[in-house]
Amino acid sequence: MAAPVHERIIERWQVAAPGPAVSHGTLALLIAPDQLLDVARSLKLEFGFDLLLDVTAVDWPARDPRFDVVYHFYTTREFVRVRVKTRVPAAAPVVDSLVPLYDAARYAERECHDMYGVEFRGNADLRPILLYEGFVGHPLRKDYPKHREQPLVPYRK
Amino acid sequence: MPVDTPLPNPIRPAFGPGEREGTTVVNIGPSHPATHGTIQIVAELSGENIVRVDVHCGYLHRGFEKECESHTWHNLIPYVDRLNYCSALINDFAYCDAVEKLMGVEITPRCRYLRTLLAEYSRIADHLTCTAAALMELGAMTAFLYLVTIRDYVYEHLADLTGARVTYSFGRIGGLARDLPDGWLQRLEQILQQYDVFVGRVHGLVDRNRIFIDRMRDVGVLCTAEAINWGFTGPILRSTGVPRDLRKDIPYLAYGELDFEVPVGIKGDNYDRYFVRMREMDESVHMIRQLVARLPSGPINVDDSRCTLPGKHLVYTEIESLINHFKLIVDGPDVPAGEIYSAHEGANGELGFYIVSVGGGVPYKVHVRAPSFVHVGGVHRMLEGYQLADLVPTFGSINMIGGECDR
Repeated sequence: MAAPVHERIIERWQVAAPGPAVSHGTLALLIAPDQLLDVARSLKLEFGFDLLLDVTAVDWPARDPRFDVVYHFYTTREFVRVRVKTRVPAAAPVVDSLVPLYDAARYAERECHDMYGVEFRGNADLRPILLYEGFVGHPLRKDYPKHREQPLVPYRK
Repeated sequence: MPVDTPLPNPIRPAFGPGEREGTTVVNIGPSHPATHGTIQIVAELSGENIVRVDVHCGYLHRGFEKECESHTWHNLIPYVDRLNYCSALINDFAYCDAVEKLMGVEITPRCRYLRTLLAEYSRIADHLTCTAAALMELGAMTAFLYLVTIRDYVYEHLADLTGARVTYSFGRIGGLARDLPDGWLQRLEQILQQYDVFVGRVHGLVDRNRIFIDRMRDVGVLCTAEAINWGFTGPILRSTGVPRDLRKDIPYLAYGELDFEVPVGIKGDNYDRYFVRMREMDESVHMIRQLVARLPSGPINVDDSRCTLPGKHLVYTEIESLINHFKLIVDGPDVPAGEIYSAHEGANGELGFYIVSVGGGVPYKVHVRAPSFVHVGGVHRMLEGYQLADLVPTFGSINMIGGECDR
């Protein structure tokens, strides 16, 4: 069932992901990358989604554009969630950073950059966070082999 | 490698020594007795005061999410256990709940109550661990021993139920591994009574202790707006004075049927975080007693061949059940294509699972919204401006758990 705020968002933005707009209590929006900042600003300022829960990506190697960048927002006033998805191509996986709106985006975007190689335009600090300096590749991409090892210090014989 | 070859530095600090006049840059961790958990903090000090810090995590990164993509849905349960190893059952149930929602499975009433009970029991163990460690680091060894005494009763008691002390692997998609053994609830009530005795002693030792208050009051202060902006949830957000708790706000499991309060702090400092955790444990005890009184009888697993293993007597006697058993073990439960974000109130805050399925027995993606990772991202707001000696209790009060932070 759609919460009232979900209906207002659908009305305001006129976009929805394929399939049911609201599933498992979360409204899913599929937007173009250049809409991201506007949608996030509207969610935060007009609809009261004050908590950015999470930033991650999903890799679909056979699809073009290849990556879904996925954001989850929550409102601490109405207790509902919104998932915002945008698609970026493998050649230029770039989206705008949400750091100007949410400081919680800083670490989350660093992790997503680590794991998928998505660039966040406007986040000045995309140093590795879960990985280390000099790590080659992005391990959660589907074409990164699970067993590849890159030890920083050679293993003891 | 010759010993004099410098090892490559795994991190690139945001600032180095000599950038500002009159400050010193020190490195704390990743292996330091006062940072329980492998975390590295590069701190710029002006005398004893912390000017700025750069916090690095990831030393415990073991590719959890990558590993999840090549195992069946059931095989992930031991992995999710090891996210927050202080309250492993909460992870189990949050994960199982997300998969069950994707499959459209509704668990039995007894399972719902037992999961709620065990989740609250785990919350007590988690808060006991966090509070005990924080007190010990301030020198309160007696309080530490009182609290871990109870925690050990809880661990031994959970071992009677699950066979393991810390990482239980007890959740199942569609139910639980087994029902309660005889006498388990009687022992539970004994432990809850012991809890009252020991935690009462800690309250007496600590709450109005001058040394403790001087170290904790007005240290590591965080206001509500800032906490939300940085993504803080759980006891840390509540310590700033807002009763935001998923158990109340979006009731799941049996929480909608229980009577409990959401304790909040006054100003979001270390003292408030201590007190919120202590009060939350009391509420958990209150909930457990209600759950025991109302525990429904009946099966603990749903009768659904898509996820529940058939009984052994059937596996050995009829071919359909044998095939069913093999299909569930070899191929895994068939989870329909779709995606879900489902969150439970973990001991540290919102523990969310974002799961993408393309159908079949193996997940396409499992992402964990781990409260500790988010909290480490904002902990510098609680450290900067205070003294170096405050780093230890403040860091202890966020209860960073390496398993879920680094995944």
